Amino acid sequence: MEYILQPWPWYISGPLIAFIMFILIYLGKTFGMSSNLRTFCTIAGAGKKTEFFNFDWKSQKWNLTVVLGAVIGGYIAHFWLSNPVDIALNPNTVEQLSQLGFDNAGKSLLPPELFSWDAVFSLKGLLILIIGGFLVGFGTRYAGGCTSGHAITGLSSLQIPSLIAVIGFFIGGLIMVHLLFPLIF
Amino acid sequence: MKYLKFLIVGIIFGIILVKSEAVSWYRIYEMFMFESFHMYGIIGTAVGTGIILLLITKKLKLKNTEGSLMSVPPKDRGLVRYLLGGSIFGLGWALSGACPGPMYILVGTGVFSMLIVILAAIIGTYFYGVIKDKLPH
Repeated sequence: MEYILQPWPWYISGPLIAFIMFILIYLGKTFGMSSNLRTFCTIAGAGKKTEFFNFDWKSQKWNLTVVLGAVIGGYIAHFWLSNPVDIALNPNTVEQLSQLGFDNAGKSLLPPELFSWDAVFSLKGLLILIIGGFLVGFGTRYAGGCTSGHAITGLSSLQIPSLIAVIGFFIGGLIMVHLLFPLIF
Repeated sequence: MKYLKFLIVGIIFGIILVKSEAVSWYRIYEMFMFESFHMYGIIGTAVGTGIILLLITKKLKLKNTEGSLMSVPPKDRGLVRYLLGGSIFGLGWALSGACPGPMYILVGTGVFSMLIVILAAIIGTYFYGVIKDKLPH
């Protein structure tokens, strides 16, 4: 039990994620979390005006169920299966974050500077969450998948488009962290 | 009952991602700063294991529960959409620290401000759907 309560090392977590992908393929589906964003648009009625959203969302009920499970899994892992321990970040990372204005990096899962209600109720904080989310939603559909669809499933099945997409993920991520973070924070 | 298996898969997925710390904004930042092997280890071993599992699947011609051969649908050919779309996704991933799986999982860990990110992501997806035909693919 002690091992479960500690953070899991990468060599345990990585293969387990591959098994999630494998089980979904075994069940006749694919591992792709971003598709649910499109499904939500369709449920909200976007299919009436825009062809892209005109599909039978009920065919995606299984994936929405995975989402529901993921929320429950997040709750179980965080509240029942975790000892409160800091994230073992590189001390350099902690130092750089502190220079950007993020104190206590690694003391919680997410920086309160971005996700606390205080942050949300500031204009800048709200904009960061909205712009971040918008870019994820737009980019993932444009690229036809996210980390689960391209990085895990696509690379595992040796697909070149997914490799290009993952290279894109890193181009965007590196630009954000190295060039834009010093301007934003 | 038909959906119970998917609920269980989702629960296990959520637990793995929290326990691996892959849902942490800090871990994503650290990854893009190349200051830890942690995230590369997770993605690397996931892909390595995935490649082996899918190769075995193909070799043994394993079937899924529906009775057909287990397979991954091929991605469409293209360059611009993957490079440009991927980069846009990467910008948002680094900023919000969450990709479309962790977004939901983090709500479960009690971070309700993540609902704003999810809503914005839905709007971003909607925006893509509306202007899709004007974009290079």
